[in-house]
Amino acid sequence: MQDAILELSGISKRFPGVIALSKVDFSVYPGEVVALIGENGAGKSTLMKILGGIYQADEGLIRLGGREVQIRHVADAQHLGISLIHQELNNLDNLDVGGNIFLGREPLFGGPLRFVDRNRIADQSKRYLEKVGLNVSPRTPLSALSIAQQQLVEIAKALSTNAKIIVMDEPTSCLTLTETNRLLKLIAELKEAGVSVIFISHRLMEVGACADRVVGLRDGKNSGQLTKSEINHDNMVRLMVGRNLDLKRTETRLGDPKSRIEVRNIISPFFPTHTVSFDMRRGEILGLAGLVGAGRSELAITVFGIARPLGGEVVINGQPIKVHSPRDAINHGIYLVPEDRRKTGLITSMAVRENVTLAALSTYSSLGLISFRRESETAEAQRKQLSIKTATCETLAKNLSGGNQQKVVLAKWLSLDPKLIIFDEPTRGVDVGSKAEIYRLMRALADEGVFILMISSDMEEVLGVSDRIAVMREGALTGVLEAKDFSEEAVMRLAVAPVRTAETLV
Amino acid sequence: MRPKKEIGMVLILLGLFFGYVLLEITQRGLADTFANPVFLGQANLLNLTRSIGLFGIFSVAMGIVIITGGIDLSIGSMFALLGVILADLLGPDNMPWPLAIALIILIAMVLGLFHGLLVARARLQPFVVTLCGLLMYRGLARFISHDETVGFGGSTGYELLRTLATGNVLNVPAPFIIFIVVCIVVGIVLHISIYGRYLYAIGRNEEAAIYSGINTKLVVTSAYVLCGFLSGISAILIGFYTNSISPASHGSFFELYAVAACVLGGLSLRGGEGSILGIFIGTAMIQLLRNIVNLQGIESSLEFVVMGGVILVAVSLDQVLAARRRAREARIDVKAPQAEPARAESSTTVGELK
Repeated sequence: MQDAILELSGISKRFPGVIALSKVDFSVYPGEVVALIGENGAGKSTLMKILGGIYQADEGLIRLGGREVQIRHVADAQHLGISLIHQELNNLDNLDVGGNIFLGREPLFGGPLRFVDRNRIADQSKRYLEKVGLNVSPRTPLSALSIAQQQLVEIAKALSTNAKIIVMDEPTSCLTLTETNRLLKLIAELKEAGVSVIFISHRLMEVGACADRVVGLRDGKNSGQLTKSEINHDNMVRLMVGRNLDLKRTETRLGDPKSRIEVRNIISPFFPTHTVSFDMRRGEILGLAGLVGAGRSELAITVFGIARPLGGEVVINGQPIKVHSPRDAINHGIYLVPEDRRKTGLITSMAVRENVTLAALSTYSSLGLISFRRESETAEAQRKQLSIKTATCETLAKNLSGGNQQKVVLAKWLSLDPKLIIFDEPTRGVDVGSKAEIYRLMRALADEGVFILMISSDMEEVLGVSDRIAVMREGALTGVLEAKDFSEEAVMRLAVAPVRTAETLV
Repeated sequence: MRPKKEIGMVLILLGLFFGYVLLEITQRGLADTFANPVFLGQANLLNLTRSIGLFGIFSVAMGIVIITGGIDLSIGSMFALLGVILADLLGPDNMPWPLAIALIILIAMVLGLFHGLLVARARLQPFVVTLCGLLMYRGLARFISHDETVGFGGSTGYELLRTLATGNVLNVPAPFIIFIVVCIVVGIVLHISIYGRYLYAIGRNEEAAIYSGINTKLVVTSAYVLCGFLSGISAILIGFYTNSISPASHGSFFELYAVAACVLGGLSLRGGEGSILGIFIGTAMIQLLRNIVNLQGIESSLEFVVMGGVILVAVSLDQVLAARRRAREARIDVKAPQAEPARAESSTTVGELK
C-alpha cells in the first residue's frame, strides 16, 4: 500500500475537566474512505475539529504527505487541502446558494473596490451543485432550501475547495434515503478521483455501504479498526460499545383493537388538501415512517395543538376530544416528545427539576405558590425511575448528554398521566446505549397501556421497534403495514407512493 | 437560582457605601465627619432612601418585562402623560382623589395591555412597540397640557397622596416602604409562584414553554399589564414628589434608569435571568452613585458618564466571573462520581454505558 496521506499520531486533547482525546492514532490513505465510529462523546468530532484547525491538540503530531504540519486556523486546514463538513450546518441563510459555496473565497472585481463577482459565483457554483445532485439555481436564497438540501450545499462547498481530504461529520443525519444514496455515490466518485473521505456516521448501514476501513473510538481512545472484509454490523457495534447490542425486536404486540385512539380526518394547516386518518391500538407501538418533509412532525404538532387543525378530530375510546392548544392536549393526556429537544423539548438553562415539573406546576402548588419540596420529590423519583444520569436534579438540563436530556423530556410527561405519547425522532443524536434504554422505556409504556406513536426516519429503528408502521408522504397517509409485511422495501414503496387525496386507511 | 451572585452584589453595595464613608472621613477628618455627618446625615440618608423607593418601584416593573425577554421604553413618557392627566383630574376637574388615582392606574394598565397585545399577539418587537409609546405619550402629554407646566400647587384635599410621596413613616420615607412592600410581593410572585416560573420559562425559551402547555401570549401580555400597574403607582408618587410636571422633561430618561438598575442587578436583556434582590440592589447602587456624584460636587453633567462607566465595569466583571464559574462547574462535574462530563462544545457523553 502507498504511504498514508494523513497521519495523526498520539493526539491528546483536554477540555476543562474532560479528557476528550487520549493518545489517538488515525491515518488515511489516498483515495480511501475511512469511517470513524463511536458513541456520542467518544471524541470523533473533537478529533476532526483538530484536523480542521478549530481546536489545537495538546499533544501529538499531524503529518500530511509525510511532512509534519501545524494546523492553527481553519484557513491553515483549507490551504492544506482539508475540508470539514460539520455536523451542525454552518450555512448563512441570508445568502444565496452560490454565496455560501464561495463564502470567504468570493471572486472579486473592481480592483481595490473589491466587489463580489456574483456572475462568476453563479457560473462556478453550478458545476458543484450538479455533482452533489442538487437541482437548484445558485441564486436561490439558502433559506428557501430544506435542511437536507442545505446539507448538500455544504458538501458542494467542500468540493469547491478542491480538497484532498474531505471530512463528513454525520452528513446523513437529516438526509432522506434517496439523498443518502446519492451522497454514497458521490463518495464513491470522490474516491475514484483520489480524494480521501473521512466519514462519521451513527448509521452503520451506510458505513458498511461506503467504508474501506472502519476506525473506532471509545472514551477518547482508539478502540480498534476493521478492514474492508471485517466490516459488518456486529463488529462495528462491538467497536463502539465493547459489547454486542441487540436492537432486534423479540415479539410483536398485537395491541388491543377494542381500546383505541382514532385520528379521524385530521387536516393539518401545512397540508390543507389532505386528511389523515388512522387508528392506534392500546399496547402497541405504532411507527410513523416517511421521507423528510412527509408531514409527520406537522401531523404531530397538529394533534398536540401547537398548530390549529383545519378539520378532523381525535377520538379516544369512542370519546371525541377537542384540542385547541397544547394545554388542551396535555389535559387530555396527549403528550409530545418533540423532534428538537433543545429548542422545543426542554428549557436547557433551567434545572432538571424545573423542566420535569413545568407542564403541571399546579399539582405542585397551593394558592399559586410552588412547593419546591414536592417538585424535588417528583423530579428525584423520575430520576431514579428513568435512571437519568445527572449529579443532582438542580443541574441545568444543558449539562446533560443527549440521551439523558431526552429522558428529562420524557420525565416531564411520565410524572403526569399519559394516555398517548407521540415521540418525534426519539433517538436522534442519542448514543447507542441510551437508544436501547429509550426503546425499553417506550415498550414498557406500551405494555402499561399508554398509546405510543413513534415518528422516525431511522429505518432500523422503524422496523425494529414498531409493532405496526404507518407511512406518510406529502402530508397524506399512504398505508399501514402489519408486522408480517415489514421490510425496508415495503416502507420505501409507501413512502414514495402516489398520494390520493382524502382517503381513509385502516 | 444562584444566590451566590446576589451575595456578591450585596457586598459590592456595602463596599460602595462604607467606602464612601471612609472617603468622607479622609476628606473631612474623623471628628468632623461624625460630629457633622454629610453622607451619613439624616437629611442625606432620607433623600437617598426616598429616591431608591421612587426609582425602585418602576425598576421592578421594568424587571418583570425584561425577565420575559421584553423591555418597556415608554415608562418615562408615561410618567409625563399620567402626571398631566392627574393634575387635570385633581385640579380643574375636581375629581375626588381616590377616583383619580384609580383612573390613573387604570390608564397605565390599559397602556400596558396595549403594549402586551402588540408584543404577544401581533408579534411586534417590544423595543419598537414601547419606543413608539415613548414618542406618543410624551407628545400627548405636551398636547394635553398645551406644553405648559402643570402642578398640584399647595392645594389641599389629597394630603395622603402627598405624604406617600414626600412624607416619612417612623423616620423612613414612605416611597421606600412602598418599594419594600412591592419587592416582597413581586419577589413572591417571581420566585415562588407558578406565574413567576412561567415568566422565567418564557424568557429562557418561549418555544419550549409553548410545548409545555403554557399560554405564553396570556403570560406575556399580563407581564406588560403588571408593568403598567406599577408604573401607574410610580407616576402618582413621582408626580407628587416633584409637585409640578413639565410635560417636555418630566420623567425623561427614567426608563433608562430602570433598565440600568436591572442590568446592574444581574438581569439579562435576553430574558429569563435575575432576581428581585438583584433589582433592589441595582436600584440602590444607581441612586447611591447619583448621591455620591452629587456630594462630591462632581458636575451633574458627568452623572451619566459615571453611571455608564460603572455599568460597563460591572457587566464586564460578570462576564469574567461567569466564564470562570463555567470552567469550575465543568471540573466539579467530572469529579462527582455519577456525574456526566460536560463537554465544552457538545454536551455528549458515554456515561450511560458504564
